Formats: sequence, C-alpha cells, structure tokens
Amino acid sequence: MNTRLRAQIVKELLSFLRDPKSRMVLVGPPLVQLLVFSFAATLEVRNVDIAVLDQDAGRASHELLARIEAASFVRQLVPVHSTTGLADLLNRREVLVAVHVPADFSRNVAAGRPAVAQLLVDGRRANSGQIAAAYLGTIVAGLDGRLETAGTDASSAIAVRHWFNPNLVYQWFIVPGLAAILAMLAALLVTGLSIAREREMGTFDQLLVSPASPLEIVVGKIVPALVIGTVLALLMVAAGVFLFRVPFSGSLPLLLLSLVVFILSVVGVGLMVSSICRTQQQAILGVFAVGVPVILVSGFATPVENMPYALQLLAEANPLKHFLVIVQGTFLKALPPGEVFANLWPMAVIAAITLSSAVVIVQGRLQ
Amino acid sequence: MSVPAPATASAGHLRRLLALTRKEVLQIARDPSALLIAFVLPLVLLVLYANAVSLDAKEVRIGVVLESDGAAAHELAAAFAATRYFSVTPARDRREVVPSLLAGELRGFVVIPQDFARRLASPSGPLVQVVTDGSQPNTASFVAGYAQGVVSGWLAARGDTAPPVASFEPRYWFNPELESRRFLVPGAIAIIMAMIGTLLTALVVAREWERGTMEAIMSTPASALEILVAKLVPYFVLGLVATFVCALLSIAVFDVPLRGSWLALGTLSAAFLVPALGQGLLISAASRNQFVAAQLALLSGFLPAFLLSGALFEIDSMPAPIRAITLVVAARYFVASLQSVFLAGDVWSQFLPNMLAMLAIGLVFFALASLRTRKTLD
Amino acid sequence: MPAAIELRGVVKAFDGIRALDGLTADIEAGRLTGLVGPDGAGKTTLLRIMAALMAPDAGSVTVAGHAAATAAARIHSIVGYMPQRFGLYEDLAVGENLGLYAALRGVDTEAAEGTFAELLRFTGLAPFTGRLAGHLSGGMKQKLGLACALLGRPEILLLDEPSVGVDPVSRRELWALVRELAAEGLAVVWSTAYLDEAEQCDSVLLLNEGRLAHAGEPRGLTRQIAGRSLRIAGVESGRRRLLAEAVDLPSVGDGVIQGANVRLVMSAEADTREVQALAARHGGRLEPVEPRFEDAFIDLLGGGPGRSTLAAGMRPVELDVASAVECRHLTRRFGDFLATDDVTFEVRKGEVFGLLGPNGAGKSTTFRMLCGLLEPSSGEARVAGHDLRRAPGDAKLRLGYMAQKFSLYGLLSVRQNLEFFSGVYGLSGREQRERIAEMIEVFDLGRYLAVSPDKLPLGYKQRLALACALMHRPPVLFLDEPTSGVDPITRREFWSHINGLVQKGVTVLVTTHFMDEAEYCDRVALMYRARVIALDSPDALKASVASEELPEPTMEDAFVRLVELADRAHAERSAA
Repeated sequence: MNTRLRAQIVKELLSFLRDPKSRMVLVGPPLVQLLVFSFAATLEVRNVDIAVLDQDAGRASHELLARIEAASFVRQLVPVHSTTGLADLLNRREVLVAVHVPADFSRNVAAGRPAVAQLLVDGRRANSGQIAAAYLGTIVAGLDGRLETAGTDASSAIAVRHWFNPNLVYQWFIVPGLAAILAMLAALLVTGLSIAREREMGTFDQLLVSPASPLEIVVGKIVPALVIGTVLALLMVAAGVFLFRVPFSGSLPLLLLSLVVFILSVVGVGLMVSSICRTQQQAILGVFAVGVPVILVSGFATPVENMPYALQLLAEANPLKHFLVIVQGTFLKALPPGEVFANLWPMAVIAAITLSSAVVIVQGRLQ
Repeated sequence: MSVPAPATASAGHLRRLLALTRKEVLQIARDPSALLIAFVLPLVLLVLYANAVSLDAKEVRIGVVLESDGAAAHELAAAFAATRYFSVTPARDRREVVPSLLAGELRGFVVIPQDFARRLASPSGPLVQVVTDGSQPNTASFVAGYAQGVVSGWLAARGDTAPPVASFEPRYWFNPELESRRFLVPGAIAIIMAMIGTLLTALVVAREWERGTMEAIMSTPASALEILVAKLVPYFVLGLVATFVCALLSIAVFDVPLRGSWLALGTLSAAFLVPALGQGLLISAASRNQFVAAQLALLSGFLPAFLLSGALFEIDSMPAPIRAITLVVAARYFVASLQSVFLAGDVWSQFLPNMLAMLAIGLVFFALASLRTRKTLD
Repeated sequence: MPAAIELRGVVKAFDGIRALDGLTADIEAGRLTGLVGPDGAGKTTLLRIMAALMAPDAGSVTVAGHAAATAAARIHSIVGYMPQRFGLYEDLAVGENLGLYAALRGVDTEAAEGTFAELLRFTGLAPFTGRLAGHLSGGMKQKLGLACALLGRPEILLLDEPSVGVDPVSRRELWALVRELAAEGLAVVWSTAYLDEAEQCDSVLLLNEGRLAHAGEPRGLTRQIAGRSLRIAGVESGRRRLLAEAVDLPSVGDGVIQGANVRLVMSAEADTREVQALAARHGGRLEPVEPRFEDAFIDLLGGGPGRSTLAAGMRPVELDVASAVECRHLTRRFGDFLATDDVTFEVRKGEVFGLLGPNGAGKSTTFRMLCGLLEPSSGEARVAGHDLRRAPGDAKLRLGYMAQKFSLYGLLSVRQNLEFFSGVYGLSGREQRERIAEMIEVFDLGRYLAVSPDKLPLGYKQRLALACALMHRPPVLFLDEPTSGVDPITRREFWSHINGLVQKGVTVLVTTHFMDEAEYCDRVALMYRARVIALDSPDALKASVASEELPEPTMEDAFVRLVELADRAHAERSAA
C-alpha cells in the first residue's frame, strides 16, 4: 500500500484507539445501549394492570376474572366499585384496560344467551391496548354455558406456526437491527468528526500542505471508519449470538460483505457532513440531524410497508433499510444468497453515489 | 475620559439579567445550528413521526394458498381477500409463497388444505394453517390474530358454529380510530424538548468555556446565578415556543386533537423544561468540552427520551431493572401527561403528581449543578 | 496612599505544582505596571487571582482596600479585566458587545450613549459599531476588549497579554490608550511577552517559576547589567555563523541578530577578549551599546540558549534552482474583496525572507497561496521551481510547513506524530526509522516519546512541530507566525535552530509580528492593503525612514512609518 495513505489510516485509527478512555467511549456506550435498549425496546405486552368493575359477582364472572388474573401478561386486577372509579383509573393511566361485567352476565352465560362484558381500553396506548384486548378476547371466548372449553371454537379453527422465531421472542428481532443501527451511528460519528476536528484543531492545513492528494485524504478517512464500524458491528453480532442467544442461520461471509458495503454507504454521508461543517459542534448536530430520520425511515421501529407510498420510495434510498433486511434475514431466516444480493446492490449503488459525492465535495472545499 | 458611575444595586440585577438574556437571544438568532435544532429538526421529526412511525398494521401482505377447490374453501379465501387488514396474494401451492416470505415480501400465509371440506364437516382439528414471518414478531402476532378473526367471523356467518357465548365489547377511549400518530406525536414533542433543553444548553455553556467568553463575563459584577439564569431563560422560552409550534402543527396538519387546554400543555411543558435544562446545565458543569458534552447529552437526554419514555415502547412491559431506570427519566412523566392533554383532556389528578416528579428530578439536577458551578476558574 | 493591589504571600498550586509560590508585591494607582516572565511563570494565574476569579491557596490579596477572599463581588465592580484570549462574543456586533458590558457593569442608561460615543472615538472603533466582533482584525478586537473592560469606570485595569497577535501599528495605538488611562489615575497591569513593552512600563513585576524575580522600575534591572551589552557591527557575511560561534563562548550570555549586526550580552564578570578576537576574525568591529530590558531579563533567567545541535546533526540540503520561492502577479479575490493585489517577489536560495504587515494586509493570504492552501485568482506561484497549480505534489514535497499553533495531533503520542508526518511525506521502511531516530536525537525528544504533544512544555512542542516539518528534508521551510505568544527564551531557542538550518542551505519564508524576528531576516517584504509596499533588507528599510528626529529608527519605527507613508499616498491618490 501507498506509504502516505498508510500513514493517514494509522493516524486516524490511533486518534480513536490510542487513549484507553476514547477506546471506551467508542466501544462501551454501544454495548451498553445494545443491552439496555434491546430489553427496553419491546412491543410485547407484559405486566398489565386491569381495573375491574364486577356488578355481577356470579359464577361466570368469577371464573372470567380468575382466568384473566392467571394470564401471564397480567400483573394485577384492581377492583373498583363504580363506573366513575373505572373512568378515573383509566384517565390517570393507572390501568391499560378496564373490564366492566354487567349484572346479568352470569345469568346469560348459564342460559347460553350472548353475554357481553365491556372492555374499556386506553387509546393513548392503543398499540399495547389492542394486543391486550386480543388476549382478553381469547380468554372470554373460552367461557360457555358449562364453563369449559368447547370442542370447536374459533380459537382452534386455525393452527398457527411462526416460522424463524416460533415463540416470537422480541429480542431475536431487535438485537440484530439495533447492532446495525449502533454500528451505523458509530461510523457516522467517526467520519462526521474527522474533517471537522482537524479543521478546528488546525491540523487540516498541515495535511493539505503535504503531498497527499485530496483523494488520498478522503480514502484515509474512509478506511478507518470502515474498520471501526465493521469491527464494532461484528462485536455486536457476536454479542447477539453468544449473549442474547439469537440463532444465526445464514452465511457469515455474505453478511460481512453486506456489512462492508453498508458501512461504506454511511461513511460517504458522514464525510459530506464533515466537509461542510466548520466546527465539531456543527458536525455532531449534523450527524444527528441525518441519523435520526435514517433510523425512523428504516423499518426498524415500525415496518416500511405501513408507511405512505412516498416514504416507502424514500426508504429505498436508505441503506439501513436494505441492511436491516439482510442482517435480520441472515440471523433468523438463513437468507438465501439471491435475496442477499437483491438488497446488496441497492446499497452498493447508494455507496457509490455517497462516496463519489463526498470526494467531489471534499475536493471542492479544499480550495 | 469621563465614565458615569454605576446605578443602584437592585436595578442592576434586572438590567444585567436583561442584557445577558438579550445577548443569548441574539446568539441563538445568529447560529444556524441552534435554529436547525429548534425549528427544522422538530418539523422533520414530526412529519416522520406522523407518517413513518405508524404502528397500525393495515393491509399486511399475506399469501392465501388454496389447495382445495371446494366452494367453501373459495368462500374462505374470498373472506381473507375482503378484509382491510390483509392484502392477499393468491396461490395454489405453498412453494409459490415460501420464497416471498423469505424475502420479506409476504409477512405470512394461510393454507386452506385439500381436505378442507372434510375438516369443516367433522371438526376435530384445525381447519386452516397459518404461517407467519416470526422474524417480525409484532407483525406476526397481528397476522395470527387477524387470521383468527377472519376464520371465526366466516364460521359464524355460515352459522356452522354458534358464536362464543361470552364476549367482550371493546371500546377504545380517547382514540377510537386507533390512529397511532395520535399518541406518537406527543412522544416526538418530548424528544424535541429534550434536545432543546438538554443538548443545546449543554453545548452553549461548554462553548462559553471553550471560547473564553465565560472568563470575561465572570470578571464583571454579574453573579453566577445571573449568568446561569440568563442562559436558561431564552432556552426555556425557545423550548416553549417550539412546543407550541409542534402542537399547532400536530393539530392543524397531522389531525391530532387537543382535548385538554393550552394552559395545561404550557404548564406541563414548562415543568418538563426544568429537569431538561437542569440536566443540560449539570452536563456542562461536569464537562467544559463540547464533544464530551454532546456525547453525554445524547446518552442521557435524547436516547432515554426516545426509548425509555414510554413514547414508543410500553414501560410496563420492560424488565424490572429497566423500569427502575425509567423512574428517573423525566421524559416518561412528560410523555404520559402529554398524551393525556392531547387525547383525553385536563386530567389534573394525573398531571399534578407527574409535574411534581419532573420538578423533583429538576431540583436534584439544579442542586448538583450549582454544587459544581461556582463563579471561579479553579 | 495605600497600594491599589496588595499581594501578601500568595500561593496557588495546580495538581501539586506551585504556579505561584509565596508572592508579595504592591501595585500602585496611576502607574502602568508590567507583568513579565517566561511561559508558565504564573502571569495569567496572578491576574486571575487579582481579578478575584480564582482564590489563592494561601496568602492574602487586597484590591482597592477590599479583601479578595470575602469581597469578590465588590472587586468585580471596580476591576476591568481583559483575558488573554479574546473574551467577547464574536457573533455579536461591536455595539452589542458594548451594550452588554455596559449593562453588566451597571453603566447608567442615559449616560451610556455618551460613554459609548466617547469610548468608540477613543478606540477608533466608531465606524465599525455594526460589525460582528468576529469579523474585526486582531488589533481592533483587542481595542474592543479594552473598551468593554473600561465601561463602568474601573479603578483597576488588568490586561492579560493584550498585544499578542497585534501588528506594530495597532500595538502602538493600544499602548497609547492605556498610557492615557494610567495618567488619569488608574492602576493598570499589563502582562506581556514583549520586553520592549515592559521596558516602557512605569514599573515591572518579573515572575519566574512562581516567584518574584524583580520588582520596580525596569531601569533598575537594566542598570544591573550596565556595560555588558555589545554589538559586532560591519560583519560582511556569515553573521549567522558568527552568532552561533559567539553564543558558544563561555563569556557570552546571550546573542541575537539585528539586521547586519550581532548583538551580544556578556556573562557576568567576563572580559571581552574572546569576543574581540571573534569580531576581528569576521571583519567586524565591537561597539558598546545601551543595555535593553530584554538583555537584563535573559541574564536574570540564566542566559539564552547556546548553539543549536540541530545544525550539527543535519545533512545539507540541495536545491538546484536559484529562486526557492517565486510569485508573479499573485492576485486573490474573495467576492468583491481583493485580499492580495498583484504581488510579485522572489525568495533566493538560502535566504531568510520575512513577510510583514498589519493585520488584514494580505500576508496570510499570500502565504497560504504559496504553500498551496489557497488557489490564486490569477498569477502564478512556484516552490523550488515547481508550479503549485500544475505540479502540486512535486512542490509540496519540497516544502516544510509549520503553522502558527504548531498543528500537531493531540490525540497521538509524540512518536506517533513523527511516524505520521514521515509517512505522509512518503517515507517508509528503514529510511523512515532512521529519519525518525535522527529527529528524536537532534531535538532531544527521547523522554517524551509516549506523551501527547498537548502535554509537552511549549519549547518542546515547538521542537516537535519543527521536527515534523523537517522530516522529509525540505529545501524550503514555511513558518507562519512561529513564535506568537512565546516567551523570549523559547523564541531565541527556536531561532537558533532556524539559524542552524539556514547554514545547511535551507530557505526560510516566515510571517511574523515580532520586529526582533524581522531583524533575523535577510530581506523583508512589507505588505499593506493587499500590496507589497516595501521590500529590502532590514537595515535598508530602517535607513529609508531615518530622519533628524529619529536618526536610528528601530524595525518597528520603520514598519509604522512605511505604513503611514502608504496611507498618505493612498489619501492623495483618492483626493486626486
């Protein structure tokens, strides 16, 4: 390799890795975040508190409430004695749902007449509320005249199998995606700060008077960020496999290849931000202003197919969207090479565009 | 050279405060990056939150594999195609849909088996098989739940099975249309406020140290308290203005109702700005370096507001240690109250304890910050 | 009358190291007190303590009768303080900065208008009230800082190195302003690294390693070395070698180049025989001269550095063209603004060439174009015969560059900096290892190899920056204000290295605000209003402005006079 280029790459890597404290800042927070947020970011519903107004107190209502209380997603039932009490608990967000059993409930069940209890759900938490309501619906449907489960009811009419993740463990979904996002942010920050820091410290001039060409300078910034981002991502993939026990079913070499292309496409964006910013503060805010929308339109928090058409088109230009498909697929779905390449080439196109624009912009800013 | 003597002391306090505040306002007005964070980023975040971050599963793409040619099977397939929850790709063989499931083009498929008619006649096992893409657990649950709904609805309509005797009649309070943007937008406001309060404050104080302007200001009769208060007031106002802009946008453009009062919204925002600004101040007191300040602000301000506030992920569902962490995240109290102000109304019985919690956290931050900030260069 | 500031046994330590070590002194009202000393002597710490911004660990400080320990607020209302770095808001306009400080210092609102007008007139800032402070030149920034410190009628004015980075014209103006204030009865403390300034103070406090080395009139100190200052005049050539040989003599304490002459200070109780012999060998004549404060300062601190070892270790450089740097009709526009206008000059091989000029005259722009940091709008520039536009790589390989703030990588160790700079100039393998080893030895960096450059003492930082710039043995060396804010001893050390390099055939192009640095140059180009207004040897420039009132002008006199003349010519042209 070219000596000048090697010197720059070594220098750039050392700026992040020489000092034990900055090594920690680079590696520590992403791992802690992976740990905390993979537990925090869950759309499962657990520990639900339910307010109960039982105006019936008959056999069926007792059975119903006992079954609800026994359900795994319920933390506790909060008995109240009036509709205002019910409303109050809901208003204050003390409970997610409230069950109102009318006086004739048990009688109707015993007689085989339709028995309807009211379920009041907090629409401010509509997502969890809907899931809880669905669980509760299954429980109440199990009640019939004899209070035993019947032979043919709707719940046994279908046999559900969840492929790739039979128990729908949420972390299996979140950890690979979070690893990709944290690696992306690290790579963005490393490149985002690179030129801005040299400019603020005054070392950029020193670099410009050296015989290093603009292209060399840009490559000298790209390679270290690529190395850091890739190593960090692999570290987190390893944490996913060994710490979180997420099954890894796909091809590691293909994942590595996709990872490199993904980081390259991100690095180009970081360099553009860095070459435009005059100070590190601006670079930090700039990285932030770019990073947040990229995460939001990636399909990480919510599926891309739920978005309006215009945003779905925009998501196609988002490298993270494609990489999420690859990394989640490689972990759980043993994604076949054809599918990997189907998501790889758009990233390669994005990388080519961002990197060449970065070279052009940096070259323009050098004057 | 004749320079007039200083005016009286009490008038001096107010004048110094006003002058320092004016200075801060001028600086904000001239710094593009502050305005970017205060006005442009909120706009982008709101637009994305209102559109991109939707938890409502509509028209989930599934395959329906029709292995049977019977009339009943066709009827059930039609029932799947008719529901607004699914967008159906018909198939005759499950091998046709498996690759699409792998590619993520389909989120699940329903198999109506060859012996569907026989199963329907002598119900002893499941009628149909539903396969979901478990790599997206959330969507997978939706697919399973809705598929079940379609099948039981179809069965009930045929009169083959009596509908279950007992049932719930669910009613969604505050948000009967189940629009997720209605509860996500308040979360976005909390994030924006955390950014303005914590990140900007931490950066601007660190900047005064780095540029050496703090030293010059400190040598004047202005007290440490005056310097800090004057620094906070503009960001307090900026935060409130940004909230009102966000609220107006949410109401006018994104169709979020404001069922509570503007007064409650303003009071809650003001209460949240106390811990947010206090945190920014504490960070800047702990670090006089902009980069470290930014890192700390992102780690302790933005990300918790994003992930641990309950805006996106239900706090109750988190494991106990993480639930414990959220207790000191001021954003959680703010998000819960904001969702009420927008969707439910003025629930003061909820607001007051939440405001107390926010103020208490804020007071701790301010106490720690004032312990660390004295008017010296030591 | 009690002293304006009384210091009694003041001690202040940072991380266990005593920055001030039992300091006792008085500062009188109505006098200009200079605070001098080498870098790290504790000047800034002392000023901060006097401004009640820092509390001493031991001892007492009384400012205008108020104890600093208990009455900090009171002190803040009667002290005007100007920190070392420009402490005003660069994103506020001149008028806005004044308004802010007027309010902070409690200046009466009705009276404020009049005060502003007076201060603006006093400082000459009146035409610029609407301009952002960040867009002012260095000199104007300092004047604005002074104006803000003066609001609220302080009894005491504390100025921390107000003249760093300020050109001689602005420096004189600033000085005159402060003189006037002292005459009105203010106690003024002016800390400085310029010893010609200290010499003009009413009294000086000379700090060294946290202790008071001298207090009182500057002349008191100068008198102690009476008769020991000499000059070797009429040296035909080789004054650099002469200087190097002179400072090697045990009887010589210090030496500097002054144009064609070499100025020496003898060691205490040494006789002049050795020096006389030396002068005779070089065909010069020895003359006694008036001692300067700087002579006494260096002497008090144990003499200047000896000959640079760098020269001995380095191999001579080869340059096969006659002119090391050449620029023709160099013009650069920024929008409508003409930063340099048709600049043409040539730096001959083996020459030390100085680029001088007031702030904003276009010397930085010229300098940046010559080392390839900025493209000229028109005209051409060549380094070592290579056109910077057509063959930038070839040109850049032949130039070494040392920036104002010693642009070193603080996140890397000293050794890693050396490795980076050698690598980026294409050195590898054995050659690289040998060159690094050579630099470590020559600049004596061995014991600091694992340390970050940020933690180095200033002198070593400067050595490292020079080592990094010399790593690839460039025949041409560019120095951009290399000694700004650096004390005279470190400055001498630096120039001894440069002298050594020049003897090995290196060509040096330097920009500077220090007039004694200009004296080291073979030729000087003076830039003003985007043009070169004078180009000659320092002695010739001085001679060109000599008059009956000023028979022996200094370099600074020459600078100021030439700028005045250019201004007058400009005014006449505009009138016509």
